[in-house]
Amino acid sequence: MRDVLSAVVGKTVRQVARLRGGGSALPGLVIEKLDPGFLARVLQRLPYGVVAISGTNGKTTTTKMVVELLEARGLRVFTNRTGSNFSRGVVAAAIQESDLRGRLDADIAVLELDEAHAMYFIDRVKPRFTLLLNVLRDQLDRFGEIDTTAKLLQRIADATTEGLVVNREDRLIAAIGELTRARSGTAVDVREFGLSDALLATFPSDDDFHLSAKPEEVQRQHRPAADVMLLEIGDHEAVFGIDDEEYRTSLKLEGLYNTFNAASALALVRQVLDAGPFVPSTTEGRAAATNAELIAALSEVRPAFGRGEQLVLDGEPLELVLVKNPAGFRLGLASFEAEGVAAMIAINDQYADGRDMSWLWDVDFTSLAEAGVDTVAGTRAWDMALRLEHDDVAVGRVEEDLRAALSAFRSRTPGRPRRIYCTYTAMLELRRALADLTDVEDVW
Amino acid sequence: MNDIERELVIVSLYPRDMNIYGDRGNVLSLARRTAAHGFSPRVVDVNPGDPLPETVDIVIGGGGQDSGQGRVALDLAQRAEGIRALADDGVPMLMICGLYQLFGHRFITHAGDELTGIGVLDVETLGGTERMIGNVVLDTEAFGEVIGYENHSGSTQLGPGSAPLGRVVQGAGNAPDAGVEGARTANVIGSYLHGSLLPKNPAMSDFLIGEAARRRYGSFSPIATTPETVLRARESAKRRPR
Repeated sequence: MRDVLSAVVGKTVRQVARLRGGGSALPGLVIEKLDPGFLARVLQRLPYGVVAISGTNGKTTTTKMVVELLEARGLRVFTNRTGSNFSRGVVAAAIQESDLRGRLDADIAVLELDEAHAMYFIDRVKPRFTLLLNVLRDQLDRFGEIDTTAKLLQRIADATTEGLVVNREDRLIAAIGELTRARSGTAVDVREFGLSDALLATFPSDDDFHLSAKPEEVQRQHRPAADVMLLEIGDHEAVFGIDDEEYRTSLKLEGLYNTFNAASALALVRQVLDAGPFVPSTTEGRAAATNAELIAALSEVRPAFGRGEQLVLDGEPLELVLVKNPAGFRLGLASFEAEGVAAMIAINDQYADGRDMSWLWDVDFTSLAEAGVDTVAGTRAWDMALRLEHDDVAVGRVEEDLRAALSAFRSRTPGRPRRIYCTYTAMLELRRALADLTDVEDVW
Repeated sequence: MNDIERELVIVSLYPRDMNIYGDRGNVLSLARRTAAHGFSPRVVDVNPGDPLPETVDIVIGGGGQDSGQGRVALDLAQRAEGIRALADDGVPMLMICGLYQLFGHRFITHAGDELTGIGVLDVETLGGTERMIGNVVLDTEAFGEVIGYENHSGSTQLGPGSAPLGRVVQGAGNAPDAGVEGARTANVIGSYLHGSLLPKNPAMSDFLIGEAARRRYGSFSPIATTPETVLRARESAKRRPR
């Protein structure tokens, strides 16, 4: 009865909020007040339980990959699709997708958990499976320190009941895997995803960045065997190693990070499918997949909005690359060839971006020196311009106002492919501006 | 009369462990400004266990994770005499955040653990629970208006042997209600400000370079001009919310 009431109240609030043009998390807020147990009850009824995905970089695209891999196996997946990755956003989404009796029409929930809000969530819902991607310097002004973030992720791992997938190339994340293995014995199935030795230098960690060693000298100590390993990266192409076999595939995903995170998605989905539903008979035979089938489904996944998104403006490709911390920016620069592409960088310092600009000084921009940057924009355009000046990167124009900057960038670079590196809120604003000019996909 | 062959050695202290708030930006900016004043900068990284170079003209250091700070405190204690001697000899130094704390007498963590510092600055820090985060504007006698960003939970008290770097116009400073920020004893400056600090505050770089040049070569004639980018970045940082 309680579920019926909560579902009805939530849906009503949602209607009212819509009429007022309110935010998507409002119904969640109301239900959290009225019925704090709603989310746990609804999610824990799902045949395959709850999957949590957390870490600093790549959560949204990885979540999208996992969802699409599971859907390709015929599973109905509930997820926080709007990127509203806070618990109330999850509650709001649950209300939206549940029937009037408070039942979700889904087999499994795959949820992206923001480090800052994960505690609130796991106090209510225990994930059956968890994937931890990485701990990178990100918005230190929100989270304090990297070690603090690592502790938060450890607590998500501790709350996980059956399976944990960790990045063995990330020192802090790998330690969480080892600790969980030592603590839980066989209760929790701990698996790793990783890189071949040859690729390690392509993905230097924050630690490596500050070691005086050259990237090719980067070495790792002994690492556990990886369930899924990224062996090679090409242009929209990758080779994955699974069960001692090599799988070469084309990819629609953009960027090095997404390709590495694809290995994590494969490892997580393999774990989920190996475990099957809580009650084996309900969907038996439907979900099991061969590695080749998983790889085929992966090759079809497109990037989530903003994470290497491709648009078309005036008949030329326009790429949006989200950059929100030093590691992400470094990989963004390494992922995309600078030559022949007009570049714009948009740096905002709203709360969601992080107010502190120090992070820009931990990115090496010399790869842009030859081609230069046409336009620098955003509330902190001048900080960015100052940073580029220190790496002798020529800047064409500095314009704080994003719409004015976009329009200048457009008229200054006719007939050329374009790329915009942007922080989170700059991306949201640019997408709105671009929606007036060209086709912009709905937010995934 | 500046000879480009004239070298200045900048020691970057513990870049591997103390690098968290864009401290690399200070090294980059200082080296660039040094060159703009007609000197040839040579940056030497000194990590735990590494010897200090024979010639040291400027020393700068940054902040780190708690885990890195413990390792650094041990190494710093072993070279305390050497660094104190350089400071006494007038070598200009700039220590940000974690190394600011360790250049004081001690840092007592919130849990009650004590990290012993080298006492070059007459300050002492108590770890707190309240984190001071946000854009900061200082009014300083030596460098005019200083603009930076703070993010710390340590509360630093100054003894009579150190003067504050400046008066806080916006932000917290050394402690939640301190009203002042940073510390200075002779040519050694400690501060919580990053952002990074030196790129937007060339007056501070000029002080470090000027003192170093006078000490090593007997004179300093500043020739670097300040690019418009610096002025605009300072203006926009001042306008931003805390």
